[in-house]
Amino acid sequence: MLKRVHYRSSYLPYLLVAPQIIITILFFIWPAAQALYQSFLLQDAFGLSTEFVWFDNFIELYDNPNYLNSFARTGFFSLAVASLSMGFALFFAALADRVIKGSHTYRTLLIIPYAVAPVLAGTLWLFLFNPTLGIITYFLDTFGIDWNHKLNSAQAMSLVILAAAWKQISYNFLFFIAAMHSIPKSLIEASAIDGAGPLHRFRTIIFPLISPTTFFLLVVNIIYAFFDTFGIIHAITAGGPGNSTEILVYKVYNDGFVGLDLGGSAAQSVILMFIVVVLTVVQFKYVERKVQY
Amino acid sequence: MLKKSLIAASVSAVLISSSLSAATEVNWWHAMGGTNTERVNKIASDFNASQSNYKINAVYKGNYTETMTAAIAAFRAKKQPHIVQVFEVGTATMMAAKGAVYPIEQVMKDSGVALDKSDYLPAVISYYQTPEGELLSMPFNSSTPVLWYNRDAFKKAGVSDAPKTWDEVSSTAKKLVDSGMKCGIAVGYQSWGLIENYSAWNNIPLGTKQNGYAGLDTELTFNNKNVIDNLQRLADMQKDGSFAYGGRRGESLAMFTTGECGMWINSSAYYGSIKGQAKFDYAQAMMPFDSKVTDAPQNSIIGGATLWTLRGHTKDEYKGVAEFMKYLSSTEVQAWWHQETGYVPITTAAYELSKKQGFYDKNPGTDTAIQQLSLNQPNENSRGLRFGNFVQIRDIVNAEMEMIWNGSKDAQLAMDDAVAQSNKLLRKFEKANK
Repeated sequence: MLKRVHYRSSYLPYLLVAPQIIITILFFIWPAAQALYQSFLLQDAFGLSTEFVWFDNFIELYDNPNYLNSFARTGFFSLAVASLSMGFALFFAALADRVIKGSHTYRTLLIIPYAVAPVLAGTLWLFLFNPTLGIITYFLDTFGIDWNHKLNSAQAMSLVILAAAWKQISYNFLFFIAAMHSIPKSLIEASAIDGAGPLHRFRTIIFPLISPTTFFLLVVNIIYAFFDTFGIIHAITAGGPGNSTEILVYKVYNDGFVGLDLGGSAAQSVILMFIVVVLTVVQFKYVERKVQY
Repeated sequence: MLKKSLIAASVSAVLISSSLSAATEVNWWHAMGGTNTERVNKIASDFNASQSNYKINAVYKGNYTETMTAAIAAFRAKKQPHIVQVFEVGTATMMAAKGAVYPIEQVMKDSGVALDKSDYLPAVISYYQTPEGELLSMPFNSSTPVLWYNRDAFKKAGVSDAPKTWDEVSSTAKKLVDSGMKCGIAVGYQSWGLIENYSAWNNIPLGTKQNGYAGLDTELTFNNKNVIDNLQRLADMQKDGSFAYGGRRGESLAMFTTGECGMWINSSAYYGSIKGQAKFDYAQAMMPFDSKVTDAPQNSIIGGATLWTLRGHTKDEYKGVAEFMKYLSSTEVQAWWHQETGYVPITTAAYELSKKQGFYDKNPGTDTAIQQLSLNQPNENSRGLRFGNFVQIRDIVNAEMEMIWNGSKDAQLAMDDAVAQSNKLLRKFEKANK
């Protein structure tokens, strides 16, 4: 039974939550409402003529096979990015947690990629894998692998996943290592005395104890893959070859900011917002059950 | 050092503020990055120094799309610049925005500044004219796709002349590959070169309604036999490396400059980059034409950007715009800009001056683009394109072309799909700009 704290005045709690509410309204509710309104409009680029078209923008998307295909593609991309970046981050964090000498240098180096802007990250990977000039392509070639992500859809997808995941490893690493640090040393020492090896300890003690963090990162990473990766895709493949790397958010960006079709772009972002809300609810409802706080 | 620059800064601040009170300011947003930023700044400062009534502020706003988006957002917020540089694919969007755009011919007329359209190269200005012939925006940086080739590689393969037709391109590419090259030909900005310019150069329409000039109810028709056969030919040429795909934009430059490919079709404005990177004897020639379609090429269409004037400013400021445009089109400025950047001169006089100065003798081939553009009087098929949502249409075309190159579709199916999707966007544009 929790102890209830009573405040004498009734407005104080409202005052205390007010800043957060204002920020939420200002930076989430208001733009979201704007997007919703815009998604019902057909407008020229300059906003000179505006027509309320009800669900036309949505119907048009429904009629577009490329758009429908991009759902499965986005799902695959997001899962791959989330699992790859979390997997690597967990691996690095588990190792870094055991390092005693030079652990600061090691950690700092792992955090650096987070400071790289998405477009730059994309460009860096593009250079490494450039079919003509790339150094990695050159090495792959000596192994008999012909790398050309400009034509090979699977290679293009792998490359954008790799770049997007790489960028997020640092962030995940930070959270994992912080979570591991908060595990009481006594627990690990006790199990070590009982004869559990490092792998066994990781599986039975560390991993279950950091599960709240893992769950939090899963939500954050899925949202990252859904929303923040258009810069990387823009720089590496621009959605190609064909439409094989055109994920939902890239089309939102491209139609809205490059193609200046604000209504269509807004309709897509409303759909995207809806998907992420549903995904997050599902995650909290079902995945969170497996989390031990 | 710091002290010095502080003094310099304050001195220039005083100078600027004193000139503020006297001169009417005109804002110009442009998309010329790198060394071209300095060149644009030089044009602006030279104009400012040439008279005292007006002051041009040249502001770099990012790449073409960023600049256009910024100007449109600014217009919506009623903070638009006087002049904005817009790339050629944005033409239909700008043109449809009648309430936002002040046609340059009208600006000049209302300000009492003379504009003689016969001074300009027809292929350059025809892209930006209404069907009635009114000039809407001022051409600034224009280029056109040409055939770049590696002379050393040609010599090694025993080829003496640049290919003139696509049949010859095919056989030349084969010879290059047989002589040990990794690839025969690559293409940059493929939609622009292999579809848009292919159509104009061979004198066939890209769409109905005079390529969109005569109305928003236009439809694209590039899924015709000629375009498809040529694309299929290139797809087949991939088997032995005669053709290699190198990306949607200009990235395939590296394939040419590293000596991987012996030929490259892309903008004449790559002159500077090729000059800096290629360690072999290179040259440019006219684009190949398709001897199955025509006996001789028509004229190619331009790419690049023009300067649009936006509404919502004072009469005096527009007079400044008009004076600046006059200065910009002057022979000396144009000849200088052309020779520095590799862009096409927009006036005949600037071309003549460059000729007289011996620029083309010293830099052989640099007039290929102009010759290509002015080969014939531009007609309905070759004066330009006016399709709405064209930025997205190019994305669709690029995606479909990639499906030809990686073998997931044949050329017929890919072009049919591209046309069907693009026409939907044209209908949407028509509806939004009634």
